[in-house]
Amino acid sequence: MSTDVKTIPQVEQTAPNGIKLPIYMDNHATTPMDPRVLEEMLPYFMEKFGNAASRNHSFGWAGEEGVETARERVAKLIGATTKEIIFTSGATESDNLAIKGVAEMYKEKGNHIITAVTEHKAVLDTCKRLEKYGYRVTYLPVQKDGLVDLEDLKRAMDDKTILVTIMFANNEIGVLQPVAEIGKLCHERGVIFHTDATQAVGKVPIDVNKQNIDVMSISAHKMYGPKGVGALYVRRKNPRVQLSALIDGGGHERGMRSGTLNVPGIVGLGKACAIASEEMAKEACHLAGLRNRLRDRIMGRLDEVYINGSMEHRLPGNLNISFAYVEGESLLMGINDIAVSSGSACTSATLEPSYVLKALGTGDDLAHSSIRFGIGRFNTEAEIDYVADRVVETVTRLRELSPLYEMAKEGIDLKSVKWAAE
Amino acid sequence: MSYSDKVIDHYNNPRNVGSMDKSSSEVGTGLVGAPECGDVMKLQIKVNQQTGIIEDAKFKTFGCGSAIASSSLATEWVKGKTVDEALAIKNTEIVKELSLPPVKIHCSVLAEDAIRAAIHDWKKKQETSKPVAVAAQ
Repeated sequence: MSTDVKTIPQVEQTAPNGIKLPIYMDNHATTPMDPRVLEEMLPYFMEKFGNAASRNHSFGWAGEEGVETARERVAKLIGATTKEIIFTSGATESDNLAIKGVAEMYKEKGNHIITAVTEHKAVLDTCKRLEKYGYRVTYLPVQKDGLVDLEDLKRAMDDKTILVTIMFANNEIGVLQPVAEIGKLCHERGVIFHTDATQAVGKVPIDVNKQNIDVMSISAHKMYGPKGVGALYVRRKNPRVQLSALIDGGGHERGMRSGTLNVPGIVGLGKACAIASEEMAKEACHLAGLRNRLRDRIMGRLDEVYINGSMEHRLPGNLNISFAYVEGESLLMGINDIAVSSGSACTSATLEPSYVLKALGTGDDLAHSSIRFGIGRFNTEAEIDYVADRVVETVTRLRELSPLYEMAKEGIDLKSVKWAAE
Repeated sequence: MSYSDKVIDHYNNPRNVGSMDKSSSEVGTGLVGAPECGDVMKLQIKVNQQTGIIEDAKFKTFGCGSAIASSSLATEWVKGKTVDEALAIKNTEIVKELSLPPVKIHCSVLAEDAIRAAIHDWKKKQETSKPVAVAAQ
């Protein structure tokens, strides 16, 4: 399981129970590659280095064969056909191609796009750019549990709406949107439905037909594949979706994405999908078990701990918790042998707390106090127990240091205090 | 974010954590920042009424490691100083001592504010408590 992942650039220590430190539990940021994926990729760097577009020699054919096997594997995982898979450099490119490609192609039909406030920046910033070019964008709010209200979506649609883009699973809170219902509403109105499924592919079952998805972004490195490779699913019938290309050139990928194919990367993505097709059901149970164990071991021992987002509609490996009266960055500093993320402003470049948590109606104070745990394929039960212990210990220590915890315990309503901000 | 050794030391071993009786006339309390901003500091000083020297200082902070370190350092620095000397402490000195990066300068500003707020509170108490003290004699 850990054949080739020994080179973590920090001093490795060993904790009780033989746990290797630091522990990686930030699998929404990226995942380690599965050794089986690497093994499949390796021949495509040296022996099978050919350009998949070289049609007249065996080097090219070997590359093409690798790519086409991968295309079948990706298609199979999501219930698509091979002609509906376009390889890209990753989900950010896929999101850009989907949104800008649809906007450009269907501009005669309308100029209105609907998305949600909790989308990834790759979607939000793409929509913002289109606004500069005269498109109209509606940013739907989400409910307290992080889900889009279908009634809001219905109301937002008009006869100029050409595209709805709503993510499958959120990267911070792991909340799963009602994708099938959203797709149905879109199809009833002849609107194209794109979903950024970066966090969902390989984690939860996806069937593009059953779930009424027209265009879908896929990334390899969130599912134990390599970085710098992804795919875009583009529906071929009922309805047939057409896209304007972003990158022009040699006409690769049916003209939708020119550029010599990243053959080893694509082979890796394919293998990652093949593994997911085989193991996803079992793995999801395992991850949900670990996640619930972590939740119970933290919440059983600490008061005033809040889960952000729906527990019911959620990725199995995601847990996002706010620890009231403790600031997220200081918590991360205390558990520095564990790699997780925080929604605290102090951990972001913008000095603003997580916009996703704010959209749920979580106060800024609790957004500052949030930690995202991303549990993945290679985490163990012993690691979960260690992480829970370290979190409980650190939160307890920081609360002893927290004037807010002291005030709350004295019965002071923190909302009624007039804070003298800086 | 990488922290300086001094920030890490204050975070791991914060000095003078705790609370003093805020109703005492010898104690000045400063509470600055706001939970929404991700930083709240409470800094308290205990002043010798005869000498005007700060004999003890305590803090509690909700905030990042740099905020905790800034307030921990502030309590160390004010102890043994007169209130006027303590008022002269500048946030830039805290920045220098802890090697705070530009994005963390606001933590040092908050610590300076906390010192000032605590002294202000103590001074206010002296004004109001004096007539009472005279009457009691």
